[in-house]
Amino acid sequence: MFGLALTDIWFLLIALLWTGYFVLEGFDFGVGALLGVLGRDETDRRRVVNTIGPLWDGNEVWLIVAGGATFAAFPEWYASLFSGFYLALLIVLVALIGRGVAFEYRGKVDDDRWRRRWDAVIIGCSAVPALLWGVAFANIVAGVPLDADHEYTGTFVTLLTPYALLGGLTTLLVFLVHGAVFVSLKTDGDLRLRAHRLALRLGLVAVPVAGGFLVWTQLAHGKGWTLVSVALAAGALVGAVLLVGRGREGWAFTLTAVTIVATTVTLFGSLYPDVLPSSTDPAGTLTTTNAASTPYTLGIMTWVALAVTPIVLAYQAWSYWVFRRRLTRDDIPAATGLPPREPVVRQ
Amino acid sequence: MALDLARWQFGVITVYHFLFVPLTIGLSLLVAMMQTAWVRTGDERWLRMTKFWGKLFLINFAMGVVTGIVQEFQFGMNWSDYSRFVGDIFGAPLAIEGLLAFFLESTFLGLWIFGWGRLSPRVHLATIWLAAIGTVLSAYFILAANSWMQHPVGSVVNPVTGRAELTDFGAVLTNSTAVGAFTHTITAAFLSAGMFMLGISAWHLARKNETRVFRSSLRMALVTVLVAGVGVVVTGDLQAKLMTEQQPMKMAAAEALWTTSSPASFSLFTIGSLDGSQEVWSVRVPKVLSFMATGDPEGTVEGINDVQRDSEARFGPGDYTPNVPIAYWTFRVMVGFGALALLVALAGAWLQRGGRVPASRWFTYAALAGIGFPVVANSVGWIFTEMGRQPWVVYGTLRTADGVSPSVGPASVATSMIVFTLLYGVLAVVEVTLLVRYARKGPDPLPPPDEAAPSEDAPRPLAVAY
Ligand code: HDD
Ligand code: HEM
Ligand code: HEM
Repeated sequence: MFGLALTDIWFLLIALLWTGYFVLEGFDFGVGALLGVLGRDETDRRRVVNTIGPLWDGNEVWLIVAGGATFAAFPEWYASLFSGFYLALLIVLVALIGRGVAFEYRGKVDDDRWRRRWDAVIIGCSAVPALLWGVAFANIVAGVPLDADHEYTGTFVTLLTPYALLGGLTTLLVFLVHGAVFVSLKTDGDLRLRAHRLALRLGLVAVPVAGGFLVWTQLAHGKGWTLVSVALAAGALVGAVLLVGRGREGWAFTLTAVTIVATTVTLFGSLYPDVLPSSTDPAGTLTTTNAASTPYTLGIMTWVALAVTPIVLAYQAWSYWVFRRRLTRDDIPAATGLPPREPVVRQ
Repeated sequence: MALDLARWQFGVITVYHFLFVPLTIGLSLLVAMMQTAWVRTGDERWLRMTKFWGKLFLINFAMGVVTGIVQEFQFGMNWSDYSRFVGDIFGAPLAIEGLLAFFLESTFLGLWIFGWGRLSPRVHLATIWLAAIGTVLSAYFILAANSWMQHPVGSVVNPVTGRAELTDFGAVLTNSTAVGAFTHTITAAFLSAGMFMLGISAWHLARKNETRVFRSSLRMALVTVLVAGVGVVVTGDLQAKLMTEQQPMKMAAAEALWTTSSPASFSLFTIGSLDGSQEVWSVRVPKVLSFMATGDPEGTVEGINDVQRDSEARFGPGDYTPNVPIAYWTFRVMVGFGALALLVALAGAWLQRGGRVPASRWFTYAALAGIGFPVVANSVGWIFTEMGRQPWVVYGTLRTADGVSPSVGPASVATSMIVFTLLYGVLAVVEVTLLVRYARKGPDPLPPPDEAAPSEDAPRPLAVAY
C-alpha cells in the first residue's frame, strides 16, 4: 500500500499510538502529579481532578491499543520487551491501577483523611509512570542486552543508564509542563494564574533537560532527518513556555503537544528499522521484519485500523469538544460523598 | 518453579478481573434500559433507578478497568514464548478489542458520567448505550481469542518458524466455541447483574425503603434472572456438546468418567480416591451425561483412559489428563450455584405476586447471599474451562509449560505475585466497602428540575462527578 511494506505501516501505526498516548495521557499524568501543588484547597483540588475527569480513561486506552497492536503486529517485540522490562512494567501497572481507582473513589467519601490518601495515590501514581515511560523508551532506542533468541539477559538495574534516566526526567518534566498548561487552559481565576507560573517555572527546568536528551539522542542514535524533529521539539517547548505566561494557553498547549509529538517521532525515527536493538549480540536485534506477524495478519489489521481509527478519533475529539469549557469554582458543587462514618439506616 | 508461579499468577489475576467483568457487562445494559425507560416515560422513578444503579455500576466498573490493563500486558510479561507462538492469531482480536470496544466504552462512559445536564437527554442516553455495546463487543473479541486457544481454527503451525500462523480470520471470529462461550458468558453476566439487583432491592424492600424504586428494581431483576437463567442453561448445554466434540478429555474429566460408557450416567456427588480414579460412593442420574454430551440419551461418552491412549498416539508419550477432581467439582459448583440463584429468583417471583412486597427475613438473607452465587459460578466456570484444558495452553498445539517466559526468573514472578495479591486484596476491601455503603444508602433525592433539558446556547452548569 502506497509503496510501503505492511511492516512499515505497522511500525508507523504503533508510533502513532504511542504518540497519541503520550500527548493525551501526558497531560493527565502532569495534572495528576501537580494535584498537590496546584490544589490549595478542596474546591481547587476537585477542579484540578475534574479537568481530566471525563478524559483520562479514554486517554489510557491509547496505551492498551498500543500494547495490543504490538502483540498483533510484532509478537516478538511484545514478547521480548514486556518480559525483559518485567519489573519496570510491574511498577507502571501498579501505578496505573492506583490512579484509576483513586480518580473514581476519591470523592466517594466526604472525609478529608480519605481524600488525602487518594490524593497521594494520584500524585505518586501519575509521576512514576511519567518518569518510567521515558526510561523505557530511551532504553528501547539505545538497545538492551538480548541474546540470539531475543531474550533479555539484563536486570532491572541494567535499564537505569544515565541516558535512560535523562530520558525519564525529560518525559516527567515535559508532561508536568503539559499538565500545568492544561490546567491553565481549563480553569480560571487564581488557579489559572498559579498554573501559568508553575508551567513557566517547570518549563525553565524542562527546556535544558529535554534539550540535552534530544541532542544526546540525535548524536548517539539519530538519523539525518531527525534533526528536524529535534529542532521542532526543542523550539516548541521554548515557545510554549513563552506563551503560557501571556495567557495564550491554547497556543501553549498546542506547542507542548507538538513537543511531545516531535520527541516521540525522534525516538521512533532513531529506532527504525529496528524495534528493539540488542546491545550485546547483533543476532539478537529485533527489527520490523524479523519481529513481524505474517502479511495476512498485518493486512487484516491494516484494514481494521483504517476503518475504525477515524471513527475513534472523531468521537474522542467530540468528547473533548463537549468538555471544552473552563471549570470555575462555582462549577464545583458541594461534596456528594458518603459521610465519614456509617450512616444510621432508616428502619 | 517459575512456571508454577506464573500459572498461579495468571489464575489469580484473571479470575480477579472476572469478578468485576460480568457485573459491568450486565449492569451497563440494565442501566441503559432504565434510562431508556426514563427518557420515554418521563417517570422520575426510572431516573432515580438509573442514578442509583449507575453509581454502583461505576464503582464496580473502575475495578474492571484497572485490572484489565494487567491482563493486556501479562501475556508478554509471564508468557513470552506463548506470545511469540500465538501472536499472529491471538494478537489481532486483542488489538481489535481495544480499538473497537475499549475506546468506545471509555470515551462514552466519560461522556455519560460527566454529561448529565450537559448533553440533551437523547444524546446522553445514546452515550450509555454505546458504552454498554462497548462492553459486549469487548467480551466477544476476548472470548474469540480465548476460544481459539480452546479450539484452534483458521490457522496452521509453520514448520519452519515453529509458530502458529493465521490462515482464515473469519474462521477465528466465527469459531463455534466462541459463539458458545460468548452467549454463555453474556447470559451469565445478566444473571450476575440480576442477582445483584435482586439482593439489594430485597434488602431495601424488607426495610420499606423507597418501595416504589425498589419494587421496580426487584421486578426488573427477577425478569432478568429468570430469562438469563434459562439462557445460561441452554447455552451451557450447547457448550457441553461442543466440548465433547472438541476436547473430549475435558468432558471426561468433568464427569470423572474413566472408562468409555454408553449410555453414561451423570453423578451429582461422588466421594472417591484423591485422584478421582476410584469411586467410593456416588449419587447418579442415568443417561443424563450421554444426553448432555451428545444430545442422545443412549450416546457414547469417551472415558479418560481412552482419551489418554488416543492422545498418546497423536501427540507422543505424556500425561494428557487434567486435574480430575478440580474439573469434576468446579463443573458441579458452577451448575449448582446457578441453580441456587434461579431458586432464589423463583422464590422472589412467588413472594411478590399480586403486588406483594417480599419482606420475610429468610428471603432477604437468601437474596443477599444470592449476590455471591453467580460470582462463584463464574469463577469456577473459568477455572474449569482453563484447567480442564491442561496440559495444553493452546489445545493440541502448545503445552502450557512451553509458553512461559524463559527470561523471567522465579524471583521476578514471585515479586509481582506478592505485589498484585496485596494490591488486589486492599482494593477488594475498598471496593466492597464502598459498594455496601452506597447500596445501603439507597437512591438520592432528585436535584431541582431545571437542569433536565438544556437548550443549546444557554450557559449550562458543568456536570462534575469527581
Ligand atoms: C453465572 C454463571 C454460570 C452458570 C450459572 C453456568 N455457567 Fe457454565 N460457565 C460460566 C458461567 C456459568 C462461565 C464462567 O462464563 C464459563 C467459563 C468459560 C465460558 O465460556 O463460560 C462457563 C463455562 C462452561 C463450560 C465450559 C466450556 C468450555 O470449556 O469450552 C460448560 C460446558 C458450561 N459452562 C456448561 C454449563 C451448564 C450446563 C450450566 C447449567 C446448567 C452452566 N454452565 C451454568
Ligand atoms: C481471552 C481470555 C483468556 C486467555 C487468553 C487465557 C489464557 C490463559 C493462559 C495463557 C493461562 C496460563 C496457562 C495455565 O496456567 O494454564 C491460563 C490459565 C488460567 N486461566 Fe485463562 N485465559 C483467558 C481467560 C480467563 C478467564 C476470564 C479466567 C477466569 C476468570 C481464566 C482463568 C484461568 C485460570 C484459573 C488459569 C489457571 C489454570 C492452571 O494453571 O491450571 N482465564 N489462561
Ligand atoms: C485474559 C484476557 C483479557 C484481557 C487481556 C482483557 C483486557 C482488558 C482491559 C485492558 C480492560 C480495561 C479497558 C479500559 O481501560 O477501558 C478490560 C476491562 C474489561 N474486560 Fe477484560 N480482558 C480479558 C478477559 C476478559 C473477559 C474474558 C471478558 C468478558 C467475557 C472481559 C471483558 C471486559 C469488560 C466488560 C471490561 C470492563 C469494561 C471495559 O473497559 O470494556 N475481559 N479488559
